[in-house]
Amino acid sequence: MIKLQSLSKHFGKAVVLDGIDLTIEKGEIVVIIGPSGTGKSTLLRCINFLEQPTAGTITVGDLTVDADKASRGEILAMRRQTAFVFQNYALFANKTALQNIAERLLVVDRWPKEKAYKRAREILEQIGLADKADAYPASMSGGQQQRVGIGRAMAAGAEVILFDEPTSSLDPEWVEEVLGLMKQLASERQTMMVVTHEMSFARDVADRVIFIDGGRIVEQGPPSAIFYHPQDPRTKDFLKKILATNPV
Amino acid sequence: MDVLNVDYMLGLVPVLLRYLPLTLQLATIGMVLALILACLFAVVRVLAIPVLNQLTIVFISFFRGTPLLVQLFLFYYGLPQLVSALTVIDGITATIMGLTMHFSAYMAESIRAAIVGVDRSQTEAALSIGMTNGQLMRRIVLPQATRVALPTLMNYFIDMIKATSLAFTLGVTELMGATQKEASGSFLYFEAFIVAAIMYWIVVELLSKLQHYLEIRLNKAYSR
Repeated sequence: MIKLQSLSKHFGKAVVLDGIDLTIEKGEIVVIIGPSGTGKSTLLRCINFLEQPTAGTITVGDLTVDADKASRGEILAMRRQTAFVFQNYALFANKTALQNIAERLLVVDRWPKEKAYKRAREILEQIGLADKADAYPASMSGGQQQRVGIGRAMAAGAEVILFDEPTSSLDPEWVEEVLGLMKQLASERQTMMVVTHEMSFARDVADRVIFIDGGRIVEQGPPSAIFYHPQDPRTKDFLKKILATNPV
Repeated sequence: MDVLNVDYMLGLVPVLLRYLPLTLQLATIGMVLALILACLFAVVRVLAIPVLNQLTIVFISFFRGTPLLVQLFLFYYGLPQLVSALTVIDGITATIMGLTMHFSAYMAESIRAAIVGVDRSQTEAALSIGMTNGQLMRRIVLPQATRVALPTLMNYFIDMIKATSLAFTLGVTELMGATQKEASGSFLYFEAFIVAAIMYWIVVELLSKLQHYLEIRLNKAYSR
């Protein structure tokens, strides 16, 4: 379970997140939509402490952290429970696909080598890249790199996987294979928070869609409600614009 | 002009070769210590660790801003004058100290640039999985920075090998010191120093080969 209470993030005078309250159940698939620059990515980054929140509390599993006065140890513990998938993959360029996935098991979780690589191979199998174990990121397609990125996030059984626009920098031909892998994870009831502009993914996969604007949750509900009966004028306006170019 | 005394030159080769190991030792020890120091300086600079950062800036400024020969004389002749216990510093130690500090100042800056050049998103990825700053540096950043810094660092190593010749001014009989002695005995300065020059040259050429080989190895992960 993930629980955010009055989570805020200010960059100088700019208020990017303005008191987010949100509870996500274990196994829930939540898709976050909204205009650019409204704090969607910042929300995910705060949960993983890539950004230090300005105020509020974050609960992940049985760990609750006062966001603004989190200790180093708490931040590391929170990061271990919240895996992150980046828009630009952010694979370790000096490591092979297998090593990218095994890295956190070896270094952070201190698994013995054999066990870590065995687990990493299982994950490569799951993401359909068993034959790329020894390939370096530079030699892989965008779609393959992002699948390894997801594999890296899957590696340690984190409480939640945070997807920050995972298909936004992919060529169109690679989008489907990445979304397919995410659907597979969703069907295994891996708790996920996904920031995306892929509206059909939101409609088909999400248990709940959250519309964020101006650093606040404007409206949330099951996809059928958000997409077909939006209540707030801002939601209606946003959906009208985005569905024109990205129909569900 | 007299023709070169080739026989003298050939005879000199085995004599001077006996002093080459000391030259290489000075350079290798100096390089290893300078690398360690430079990495520490670079990390201090990148992480902007308070106090240490300022001290490092002053250190780098001084050792980059003054001639190596002046630094060697300071260590060898200067320090023992201030603190008599430091007379234990012999020429070899003073040379290693000077080379280490002088070159670490230069190398710190190129290592820092290489560290800063590593893709920032990989740093975030490493932090996102719960790595500490130390793990991030050791496992992700430094290995990649090494690849970027290697050509420059090898340049400094080459420079350092040649700079060991200054040790003769502290009375150390390395390759340069030995050549000087031989030449002043035989008065065949040109022959003696051309032999020494060729020896330095060959060592540097071998290093260039090593650099080429290392670059190919480190680039393995980056070829498509």
